[in-house]
Amino acid sequence: MTTTPVEPPEAALQAAFDATVAHHDRIEPRDWMPEGYRKTLIRQIAQHAHSEIIGMQPEGNWISRAPSLRRKAILLAKVQDEAGHGLYLYSAAETLGVSRDELVELLLSGRQKYSSIFNYPTLSYADVGTIGWLVDGAAICNQVPLCRTSYGPYGRAMIRICKEESFHQRQGFELLMTMMRGTGEQRAMVQESVDRFWWPSLMMFGPPDDKSPNSEQSMAWGIKRNSNDELRQKFVDMTVPQAKALGVTLPDPELRWNEERGHHDFGQPDWAELTAVIRGNGPCNAQRMAHRRKAHEDGAWVREAASAFAARNEAARTAAKGLK
Amino acid sequence: MKRDWPLYEVFIRGKRGLNHVHVGSLHAPDDAFAVAHARDVYTRRNEGVSIWVVRADAITASSPDEKDPLFAPSGDKVYRHPTFYEIPADVPHM
Repeated sequence: MTTTPVEPPEAALQAAFDATVAHHDRIEPRDWMPEGYRKTLIRQIAQHAHSEIIGMQPEGNWISRAPSLRRKAILLAKVQDEAGHGLYLYSAAETLGVSRDELVELLLSGRQKYSSIFNYPTLSYADVGTIGWLVDGAAICNQVPLCRTSYGPYGRAMIRICKEESFHQRQGFELLMTMMRGTGEQRAMVQESVDRFWWPSLMMFGPPDDKSPNSEQSMAWGIKRNSNDELRQKFVDMTVPQAKALGVTLPDPELRWNEERGHHDFGQPDWAELTAVIRGNGPCNAQRMAHRRKAHEDGAWVREAASAFAARNEAARTAAKGLK
Repeated sequence: MKRDWPLYEVFIRGKRGLNHVHVGSLHAPDDAFAVAHARDVYTRRNEGVSIWVVRADAITASSPDEKDPLFAPSGDKVYRHPTFYEIPADVPHM
């Protein structure tokens, strides 16, 4: 007589999951998890992965036009890292039961989003520096707490990514410092770039806490560790002294130190603009998606050739075994 | 719809004298490509001196549901640890 193993009741599974999260312990791929937790993670990790992949475009645009071999090599390495980060994150998402093909399809069909910051154009070479300093700086603020997220594979991918992002931010700041030591025209180019990227960088932390309906659940699950507004404040406080060292002005008339709070007060970004960009009406949404689709189609023959080569070798091996 | 390339798990030896440690996974059409991709994805900053790749479907793992019965037998064997034994403090080199 055989007995089928008895599934523990859902309540017991939920209790074990809750206890793991409460102890700040990690959930691992084969553990039981609530369906909402799995879905939220897939959406968040995939969106993060897509952002890394689309994020290659604004800067990749400048590789061939960077002013020296040194700057070209740095930029190339940075863009390669973004590809790598996308791959770490896709792998983490796949441990939740979604396939790589599905994830790629979700991006190409526009059913999943990527960070709205990459829908802004890179109009001058100073933008390469500003993206490293402000955009990667904001990303680091967001990502460092995610190293302690409750889902093990996501946290491990984030640890790897954060180690590499530090290079991204520093190369950007160094690039801007170099330009600020240059001609008046170069300094103006840096200021103009900072003026364009400051507000979109603040938007990277998402809507204000009272307009972010999913945040509370994500924090209860230990996926998020800090609220959007907390992280935005942290970013502003970190960035102000850096702007001073650089000699640029952050384009916010309300920005000032608040002695009582021990933080900077600052103005709110145009949230209607964020909504518009997310809905597909940013300056570069169509261009970014068209480029990604074309790159995917143009690369098809490489993937097919690699598959054919693998299949031929496999067939030869099988035949050789048969002859023995 | 094309089939996904198989999933490989990647292990890296950081330097001589250390074990290979699991670092992540990737897709590749075959074993040789898996090593090449692992180099590009996981060792861009001298993270390793040796790479192992193994197809994920070739790994046999213990079941998380049987964690308790599987690991319980070692739980009550405190005498397997050196701190179980009381030795006078003035006995040297123990």
